[in-house]
Amino acid sequence: MRIRLEPRGQRSPFWVYGSPVLALLLTLATAAIIFTALGKDPVASLYTFFVAPLTSSTAAPELFVKAAPLVLIAVGLSLGFRANVWNIGAEGQYTLGALAGGGLALAFYDSTSPLLFPAMMAAGIIGGMAWAAIPAFLRTRFNASEILTSLMLTYVAQQLLIYLVVGPWKDPEGYGFPQSRLFQEAATAPNLIAGTRTHLGVLVALIVVGLGWIVMAKSLIGFQLRVVGQAPRAARYAGFSERRAIWFSLLLGGGLSGLAGLFEVAGPVGQLTPQISPGYGFTAIIVAFLGRLHPVGVLFAGLILALTYLGGEKAQIDLGMPNAVTFIFQGILLFYLLACDVLILYRVRGAHRSIVERAA
Amino acid sequence: MSGDIAQIVAAALTVMTAATPLLLAATGELVTEKSGVLNLGVEGMMLVGAIAGFATAITTGSSTLGIVAGVAAGAGMALIFAVLTLTFLANQVATGLALTIFGTGLSALIGSGYVGIAVKPLPRLHLPVLSDLPLVGPILFGQDVLIYASFLLLAAVAYFLYRTHAGLVLRSIGDSHEAAHAIGYRVIGVRYLATLFGGAMSGLGGAYMSLAYSPSWSEGMTAGRGWIALALVVFATWRPARLLAGAYLFGGINILQLYIQAWGWEIPSQFLTMLPYLATVLVLVLISRDQTRIRLNAPACLGKPFYAAG
Repeated sequence: MRIRLEPRGQRSPFWVYGSPVLALLLTLATAAIIFTALGKDPVASLYTFFVAPLTSSTAAPELFVKAAPLVLIAVGLSLGFRANVWNIGAEGQYTLGALAGGGLALAFYDSTSPLLFPAMMAAGIIGGMAWAAIPAFLRTRFNASEILTSLMLTYVAQQLLIYLVVGPWKDPEGYGFPQSRLFQEAATAPNLIAGTRTHLGVLVALIVVGLGWIVMAKSLIGFQLRVVGQAPRAARYAGFSERRAIWFSLLLGGGLSGLAGLFEVAGPVGQLTPQISPGYGFTAIIVAFLGRLHPVGVLFAGLILALTYLGGEKAQIDLGMPNAVTFIFQGILLFYLLACDVLILYRVRGAHRSIVERAA
Repeated sequence: MSGDIAQIVAAALTVMTAATPLLLAATGELVTEKSGVLNLGVEGMMLVGAIAGFATAITTGSSTLGIVAGVAAGAGMALIFAVLTLTFLANQVATGLALTIFGTGLSALIGSGYVGIAVKPLPRLHLPVLSDLPLVGPILFGQDVLIYASFLLLAAVAYFLYRTHAGLVLRSIGDSHEAAHAIGYRVIGVRYLATLFGGAMSGLGGAYMSLAYSPSWSEGMTAGRGWIALALVVFATWRPARLLAGAYLFGGINILQLYIQAWGWEIPSQFLTMLPYLATVLVLVLISRDQTRIRLNAPACLGKPFYAAG
């Protein structure tokens, strides 16, 4: 039986939110099949991956620590994606934010000033913005695709990070390991809850969700971004500038990615190393889509994707599975989500039925 | 003197082996894009092709079967993309990204048991007399089979696109799917085939990386070459001949990296590793700033979903 798609004529409000739920269920079912194919007990594996990380006493704080960078990055990306500005180089902007803020921590290594950490936050934002400004400039001035330029710059950023931690910023007492000195107290993200790793970045991510929602729903620029994305011609007639949408989207996404990178190195990691990100910048793209390009949705999606990281770590330890399984699930989740999204605009019908309808 | 010749030969070989995976993947993506489909998942398809080819070659001991497996794996990945974007009308940019994320994970999972193993590199052509000629012998008549295949496939694609009726149909679908549909051409069917061909070629490019270029497997070994291949298609303004020039230009950058080090310049290796990525940005800027040229050459329906009403 061939399937046929029938336009609904309008967006289905049910499937806007039903699609992510269905996609999650399908991902879990597929995960069970993959676990079986790998020769593991599917039920026990699913439990280890998706439930066990939530049962320990530190579960909730850890989930928020992992979700914070995802949410920070994805809120920025969501606004840009709405305007069809495809910044997929958030990973590089994250790295530059970490380098700018972390560089400040190393430059003022002996400082105990309470101003050091706020300065690092500012440097992180500026670093990420500066890196995102390159694709913005190349797109608005030379029409070069921001998809490819922002991604290429991610590889450049990674090499820059490696150069710095094996070269000028290497810890002189680090036994030759490619890493910087550990940041001092004044350069560390303040801890919110004693005994956990919950840092200031978690709170900032929650604030950014609120601000992002206001910008998207209530501000003129938020409205302009949506119009530029959905009806570029209408936007042009209304005098909304596409250049402005590109610059705003990339600078916002870059700044938030840079801030996420700074919080990660000044929080959970505590120094600069080549492994400052388990692909947060790429996973955040999935978070943005799963969260329906809406800041509040992004918050929930961020927690779900954070769980795949925790589950991946747990499966690595308990089941001896390679960490890569995490990215397989993340990719599959996005596949299902994109497929289920067809239900927002179309009904799925069996072909035989529409033939009957046509005859009648 | 003979040392100079040996050096020139070695340099030519380095350029060619570096250019070939890019050329293969970009040739496939060119056909996909000419049909109006933008598949950003080249990197993911190359990685899965690389590990499928490598694992098969190790298991069966046959590099021919390895190549076949790489092609099949690339096409299989492209099939996922085709079903999502062509049947379910999903956003092509997002689906391409998902394909790369998925391919990165899948290849790492399959490849976890194959790290640090070496495979016998692809055999090189050896013709009596011809291959033994100085200079031209090893360069023209002593390469591995896939290097010749990359030229032949590019020529075949150029011929197909511009000299056959089927190629004309494919290009018309890429330029105006509504008109092509109205005449009675099967837009979705042709796009499926073009997307699968692109995937197969990306898989072949990936298999070339793991069977000839390296020849070994390491996680994420394509290191952005899939993205560079995508940029090459833009750089070539969707023309097959310019694709060849672009791929060999990037092959040349590879050798530049080696030579700068050999000349004893004090440049940290990380900056040399950045070169191909920076060069990609540069060529994109140089080509894209001429908007008229891009508009004239880019398939008009590139990346746009097609829904056949009625």
